[in-house]
Amino acid sequence: MEDTLFGEKKAEARKLAFTSVEQYPEAPISLGTTLSNFTGDWRTFMPVINEEKCVKCYICWKFCPEPAIYIKPDGYVAIDYDYCKGCGICANECPTNAITMEKEEK
Amino acid sequence: MTEYKPIKKVVSGNYAAAYGALHARVQVVAAYPITPQTSIIEKIAEFIANGETDIQYVPVESEHSAMAACIGASATGARVFTATAAQGLALMHEMLHWASGSRLPIVMVNANRALAPPWSVWDEQTDSLSQRDTGWMQFYAENNQEVYDGVLMAFKIAEDKRVSLPAMIVESAFILSHTYDIVEMIPQELVDEFLPPRDPLYTLTDFDNPISVGALATPNDYYEFRYKEAMAMERAKKVIKEVGREFGERFGRDYSQMIETYRTEDAEIVFMGMGSLMGTVKEAVDVLRKEGYKVGAVKVRWFRPFPKEELYQLAKEVPAIAVVDRNFSFGQEGILFNESKGVLFNTDARPLMKDYIVGLGGRDFTVNDVRTIARDMKKTLEKGKVKEEVVWYHLKR
Repeated sequence: MEDTLFGEKKAEARKLAFTSVEQYPEAPISLGTTLSNFTGDWRTFMPVINEEKCVKCYICWKFCPEPAIYIKPDGYVAIDYDYCKGCGICANECPTNAITMEKEEK
Repeated sequence: MTEYKPIKKVVSGNYAAAYGALHARVQVVAAYPITPQTSIIEKIAEFIANGETDIQYVPVESEHSAMAACIGASATGARVFTATAAQGLALMHEMLHWASGSRLPIVMVNANRALAPPWSVWDEQTDSLSQRDTGWMQFYAENNQEVYDGVLMAFKIAEDKRVSLPAMIVESAFILSHTYDIVEMIPQELVDEFLPPRDPLYTLTDFDNPISVGALATPNDYYEFRYKEAMAMERAKKVIKEVGREFGERFGRDYSQMIETYRTEDAEIVFMGMGSLMGTVKEAVDVLRKEGYKVGAVKVRWFRPFPKEELYQLAKEVPAIAVVDRNFSFGQEGILFNESKGVLFNTDARPLMKDYIVGLGGRDFTVNDVRTIARDMKKTLEKGKVKEEVVWYHLKR
């Protein structure tokens, strides 16, 4: 898995996800954390970052309520789409309009 | 096995329920008083005050909180009991789903009481039937003995790991709750043989294996849990019959059938209903048989899970069924009528069926009323078709 917010931890947790009805516990207990339960599929619009406009101010990183924005080793920001619900706050806050919301086709 | 010698006591339905909880060795009771249930939890408080039991009694400020406390206690693995009626049951509604969804085998006695407005404290089944989709099993008692037996069996059925669902024992307001009758009680050591301590599906107090309860399931997971609950309710049918048979073998009162048939062998007309009014109906069947009517009665003991197969087998043999519903679903019809008609749709059974709305808000329903229904039903049978499907039987005209 690419270098994202929870990296390898997330990749490991995903292996625990239930794929057939028999694998589920009889009662809904200990259903795991959001390391395996991704909330990104609630999204309709996805934020897309234009690195040419980004000035690395990290305002988007501060404002993201999830948080689904992380800082890459090169200093630019990136979105973890496993968790981004597409609220658009980052695009609204960005002072250089480096983030645009694009309709997502699935 | 120790020899069974029953202890006979003259008790109200409410006291029968309280003794059932006591003999089941309930560990936690959380309840809020409401007429006509109050004397159940008063009696339990009395047992505790007299030092007869060390039940943890949790006083709460509402029925919603009562069920919430029951859920917490049951999730620790304890055996939990509560009681309510009408408005109290309605207030519990949200928590009823939490109990069944968490697969907790809580047992509750509901004293059937008509919902307000206008205020009423008298018998009607609409309060419990409004909770039919909450995932609780429902047993309708005909008499005080069935209240006592029902509580003991309900724990065994509910706690069976194939089921692990809560159960409601339903008794009629006043007709059972406050009327005294002889109840054969079972000596404690024999109850203990029948009903061993609870072995829970999971427990919050297993500190080496911590769990979380009541967490979120995304659309990717929720669906499977509903399927599991549906299958548990299906399996409950088998467990109910097993436990009912065992109860009969041990204590002489057989509950191996989800419905009870009474003189239906050659019957042309069968009266079908639930709860205490079926005592009246059975009495009327004896009277009508003497008068030459070929009639019988079917008491639906378990409304959830619904005895689909049993009702089909019955409906195949019987030309006409008169359902006596002490309840009503606005915009539709009597609830037992609606459900029993529904299970026959994809079958070859086509009895003539009529719904008699009786006894709402505690209006008396007597042997004479059953006779009038029998006459009306006989006319329907002669005509060979149902003209008026739902009859508001007592209506002053």
